[in-house]
Amino acid sequence: METLSFEFPAGQPPRGRTLVGCVGSGDLEVLIEPGQAGTLTIKVQTSVNGAEQRWQHLFARMFDGQNPPAMAIDIHDFGATPGVVRLRLEQGFEEIGHD
Amino acid sequence: MTDNAALLEPYLQRRSFVELGARQRAKALLDAGTFRELLDPFQRVMSPWLSRQGVVPQADDGVVIAKGSIAGLPVVIAAIEGAFQGGSLGEVGGAKIAGALELAAEDNRNGIPTRAVLLLETGGVRLQEANLGLAAIADIHAAIVDLRQYQPVIGVVAGSVGCFGGMSIAAGLCSYLLVTQEARLGLNGPQVIEQEAGLEEYDSRDRPFIWSLTGGEQRFASGLADGFVADDVAQIQEQVSRLLQKGLPEQQRSRQAELFLQRLARLDAEPQIEPATVRDLYQGERS
Repeated sequence: METLSFEFPAGQPPRGRTLVGCVGSGDLEVLIEPGQAGTLTIKVQTSVNGAEQRWQHLFARMFDGQNPPAMAIDIHDFGATPGVVRLRLEQGFEEIGHD
Repeated sequence: MTDNAALLEPYLQRRSFVELGARQRAKALLDAGTFRELLDPFQRVMSPWLSRQGVVPQADDGVVIAKGSIAGLPVVIAAIEGAFQGGSLGEVGGAKIAGALELAAEDNRNGIPTRAVLLLETGGVRLQEANLGLAAIADIHAAIVDLRQYQPVIGVVAGSVGCFGGMSIAAGLCSYLLVTQEARLGLNGPQVIEQEAGLEEYDSRDRPFIWSLTGGEQRFASGLADGFVADDVAQIQEQVSRLLQKGLPEQQRSRQAELFLQRLARLDAEPQIEPATVRDLYQGERS
């Protein structure tokens, strides 16, 4: 198990918070809450060791050229593939967008 | 083609309960708009033991506690997330359920008739938390027995994990138990029995065999469950609501131990046990 931290430039914090997913096999849980204006922080606790680069690339691709809201994202990962991670994150972003 | 569409219609109308996660299940059973979660995942009351053993924790420790109403009656729901660590109960998740039941009993002593619904998808104690999990399960047992003297405690085993270990005792202590075809209920899980009894007697990979002995339909036919229901949100909600309105049972199942022991004493343990033998044995002489 590994704990990783990431930071990206961001805009204003969102108003809502949300939880999507579950720490089940091949899945992950994503908690999204308002963070500090200007910074998006992500903390990942994952059962898969040595995958820091993969997480970094995945987030970088998602936020490249965007100005995402200043979220504090907490991820508990139980071996999700990058595709599943991306789907869960997009699901979470959509849900805070509704609040 | 039209005929096929008509045949499929009832299945398309159904909304699966088994496929829902714990939080969605609790929401689905409560009256619309009444779901209010206690100790929600953003409070981050998580297992302090899993991370240090290299296991990723979950923000709600796999247990959702929610207050609300069903058919207008005040209810607290405890839903276990079967997908997280097999629905196993550790210190935190166990304490959440025990605490919710204890507060419901306290409500009743203060004149608020809070009932409880337990959505049980669990292999029992979480081995990584050992005695703390066992102690929490004992607290849950005691709290069910306390609360059920005031108001019904309803257990629902929908599947697909089933309900095993110490939590199968909790299921047995409930005022009423509701099961689906997908459910399984047993003190020991199939693999544990196979290990002890041997492959010839109990093959845990033989699914039809396992369900024929521990599945929901068999448990209902043996009188160990009070309702057998399809995997459909509306039907499960209707059954839970019916049982809640029924009030206290005339006699709690767990108070009928003597009767079940008498019947078990008649069992010939020599031949391989058959599902039909168990049904006949538990049902006794039918009039």
